Parts: sequence; structure tokens; C-alpha cells
Amino acid sequence: MTRLRGVLRYAVLLLITAVFVTPLAWMALTSVKTYADAQQDPPSWLPNPFSTYGYDQIINNTANPVLRWFVNSMLAASLHTLLVLATASMAAYALARMRFRGRALSFALIVGTLFLPPTSLIIPNFVIADRLGWLDTLTVVVVPGAASAFGVFFLRQFFLSIPRELEEAAVLDGANHWQVFTRVLLPLSKPALATLAVLSFLTNWNDFLWPVYVLFSPERLTLPAGLGLLQGAYVTDYPVIMAGAVLASVPVLILFVAAQRHIIQGVSRSGLKG
Amino acid sequence: MADVIEVGAARGDAPPPAGGTRRPGGVTARGHRATPYLFLAPYLVLFLVFGLLPILFGVWISLHQWDLQLPNRPFIGLDNYRDLFSSDSAIYGDWWSSLRATAIFTMLSVPLLVVVPLGLALLLNRSFPGRTFFRAAFFAPYVLGVAVIGLLWRFLLDANLGLVNRLLGVLGLPSDTPWVTDVPWAWVSLVGVTVWWTCGFNAVIYLAGLQDIPAELYEAARVDGANGWDRFRHVTLPGLRPVLLFVLTTTILASANVFGQSFLITQGAPGEQTRTVVWRIVDEGLRDYDAGRAAAMSVLFALMLAVVSVLNFRLFRYRED
Repeated sequence: MTRLRGVLRYAVLLLITAVFVTPLAWMALTSVKTYADAQQDPPSWLPNPFSTYGYDQIINNTANPVLRWFVNSMLAASLHTLLVLATASMAAYALARMRFRGRALSFALIVGTLFLPPTSLIIPNFVIADRLGWLDTLTVVVVPGAASAFGVFFLRQFFLSIPRELEEAAVLDGANHWQVFTRVLLPLSKPALATLAVLSFLTNWNDFLWPVYVLFSPERLTLPAGLGLLQGAYVTDYPVIMAGAVLASVPVLILFVAAQRHIIQGVSRSGLKG
Repeated sequence: MADVIEVGAARGDAPPPAGGTRRPGGVTARGHRATPYLFLAPYLVLFLVFGLLPILFGVWISLHQWDLQLPNRPFIGLDNYRDLFSSDSAIYGDWWSSLRATAIFTMLSVPLLVVVPLGLALLLNRSFPGRTFFRAAFFAPYVLGVAVIGLLWRFLLDANLGLVNRLLGVLGLPSDTPWVTDVPWAWVSLVGVTVWWTCGFNAVIYLAGLQDIPAELYEAARVDGANGWDRFRHVTLPGLRPVLLFVLTTTILASANVFGQSFLITQGAPGEQTRTVVWRIVDEGLRDYDAGRAAAMSVLFALMLAVVSVLNFRLFRYRED
């Protein structure tokens, strides 16, 4: 009876896994098919012949500079992640370890925006970015998103969970706040910082709505914004479109496999705040 | 939310830094009076400019006839809001049609996104070989961006070339369903894709909540002769209530802000029936340059969502008593 249930459980789990994974496999398989092969009915699962047609199209492409978009996205997501880590960790240190006038108010304001959907600020943020002269630049997809309250809230909770005793030795040796922060607290917070880094990178890499509307020049686009153009240009030439989609997926899938624990923990914690 | 924050605040309220002296709560480094503000400043600048200012600025813009291409932005009071409610204004039809689309999507997707991930979490909530693998497989689509899943599913759901119709054909079922170009199929597609894409995220949150339910409660229920369904109803569900409330609230907000799926998969079709509120707002403001009217829509929509969230909390709090 229990054995049967065990087998049944695995059967159900494998079936569900197929539902989640098959579309992703189909994307990868289609990206290495020829145009004619991708049109076959009934569909052929494996590429016949194996073809680099889709990738050739997006690599040698001046109208849709996909590789340029890839580089732009890498730069934007990396710089955004560094900005979030630097600003959020310092602010979180102040909120967790210092006492000062306005602390409760600033924390309340920051937490208050946690449940505010970012889309509700898109019009005023566009006008602000315009006034700063940031439209159609790398800055506009790096900086504004770093105002998110999540990083500060997440790191503050983590800092509060670190016993102060661990900082005592440094303080008794005459360390100031900056030294305690950089030499004691940050090294102790590596798992939390890694989690925040991975989540920030993912969010920025995948961001779609904002870059679609604040970037205009083809060579300035990020990859997700560019993929929309690719779809418009290639309509049903699916090997090319899927090659673009694969290019946008590979970095985050690698990151997911390498940092799965951090991502899952980060998401779990975001639930515990609720 | 309250628990964690209160605990945190209590700990953060330890005595002020008294120059590195020892006291019960531990010691704190010495520092100048300005030090906390210097630590806070870089983030605070970002937060004020792109997090707080836009809230007020959005309301301000909504009170003006604010064309992004014109230098003059005359104050017009509540006219932008009045337009959204008067059936003879040019925007009225589009605005309410986008609200209708968003409401349909939200009401269809939220129940599925609350229930399906709970089922997945229960399947994974005991240790067995391969558990980590399955959890990763269920979560994998979520790490991809909406641009990728939008392009992918536009392809899979293509009426002629898509895998979905072709597989249905192989099985001898109708294989000409217009998944992305006609209703009700377009709704089935948008909701289905969204469930496929994000249910791993909610499942992980549920899993964390399930692991916080003490095993003794299940033991006690078992001793009392409770069967599986009884244990689910009387131990699991009450234990998950705060997590359920969190999932419900964030899922409603996420679904109500849907944009990329309809932008890329149905492209608003048929007609503009699947064009959502967020899409309407950005088109009005950033494509047609009427930022005043778009800001009014944003404010109104944010208020509607705030009301829904508050009702949500009320309802659950009430049932908790």
C-alpha cells in the first residue's frame, strides 16, 4: 500500500515536471531547427537537421543588434545589483544598529511602499527620469529600480538576527561604525547578501515594461525590450525568435542552477514577512 | 507582517550608542551624530526621488492637462478624473474596457494561483529522494522574464504552428482552437500561462509556511483519530492562515498589474478585449503623451487596489476571531 503510494507520488510528480519543463525544452529545440523543420506537422521533436540558422540570424543582424542588447542587459543588471547591495546594506545597518531621530519614520515610510505595485509610479517616474535627462540611457534602467524597499527590509531583518556579541570584540578594540559594518557585519551576512544579489540581478535582467517605454534607440535596448522587436520583425520565423529567447534565458537559468538555494530562501523569507 | 516587524523593532530599540561601553544589550560602536544619516543617505536619496516623490508627483500630474510634448501644463482640477467617469469622453470606453479585462484576468487567475501552488507544496512537503529536483523544476519557469515566456507561449499557442494545437491533433482532438486571437480562448491562454509561469513562486512560499507548522500538532491530530482530510482542515489550513493571506494579497496585486502576457501573447486581441489597465495607462501616458490622464488612471487604480487589499485583510482577520 505505502509502496504503491510512493510509486504514484513519483508518477504524479514526473507528470507535473513534464508540464513545467517541456515548453522550455521546446524553446531550446526549436532554436536549433531550420525554418522548414520548425513548420512540420505533426511536429518533429528533435531537430533534423541540427541547424545554427536561428543563431546566425541574430548574431549577424544590424537591424536587431541582439548581442548588443545582451551586453546592455548584462551591464544594467550587474550595475543595478551593485547599487542595490551598496545602498541597501548601508541603510539597513543604520536602521538595525543605530539610534537617531527619524529612524522610526523612515522605516515606516520604506515598509509602507513594500506593497505598492511599481507600475503605479511609472508615469511620474518617467517624467522624473525625463527631467534628469536619463531617458534612453543605461542609467534609466540601472538606478530608479534600486529605490525598491525590499533590499533594505530584507537586510535589516537579517542584521537584527545577528547577535551583537559578535561585534563586541571589534568595538572594544576601538572600531567605528564603518569598520564594524565592513569588517564584521558584512562578512557575517554573506548568505543574505548573495540572496539579495541574485534576486536583484534576476529582477533587473527580466524587467520588461520599464525598458520598453524608457529606451528608444535600437542599440540602447535591453534584451527583454529587444525581444519584442524581434517578434515583430520575424513574426513566424520561430527558430530565430526562440534563439533570442534562449539567449535571454541562459544566464538566469545558469544563475538559478548555481544559486538555487539562495533564490528559494529569498522567496521563502519574502513570504515570512507577510 | 506584524510579528516580524515588531520583534525587529523591539530589538532595534536598544539603548543609544554610548561610546562603546558595555551594557546588557551588547556594545555599539561609537560614532558622530551625523553618522547614521550618512549611512542612510545613498539609499534615502534613491527612495525619495523614485519611491516617495512619485507618489505625490503622480497626484500632482493628474490634476493638470499634462501633455509630455507641450510646454504648458494648465491646472484643470479633477477634469482628468471626471473624464474617466463620463461616458461622453474619448477615454471612457477604453478605460472601462481595460478595467473589465483586468478584472476578468484577476478573478480567473487568483483562485488558481492560490490553490494549485498549495497542492504542489503539499506534494513536496515531506522529505523523499528527488524532492529538491522537483522543487527546482516547478520553480524554473519563474526565473525567466515575461518577455521570454511571452514569446515562447505565443509560439506554443500559435493556432497553425503551435505545439499545443499540433499535440491536440495527434491525439485526435480539435486542433484549430484560436488560443490567442479569440475569446474565451485568449483568457484560458493568459491565465494558463500565468499559472504555469508563477505557481512555483507561491509554492515555495507555502512550503516555507508548511514547515513552520509544528509536527506535534499533526501527531496530536493523528492520536485523536483524524484522517488526512481532517488534518488538512484543522491543522494545515489554520497554521497557514497568515501565509495564505500574504499569498492572496500579493497574488491579487500581481494579477491586477498584468501587462507583459497580454502585450506579447494575445497582443490585446480580439480587438482590444485583453488590453489591461497597466497597458492602457502606459499607452495613454507614454505613447500618446497624455501624462495627466494616465496619472489619473494610475491614482484611481492604486486606490481600487488599496481598497481590495484592505477588504482582504478585514475578511481574514474577521474569520480568525
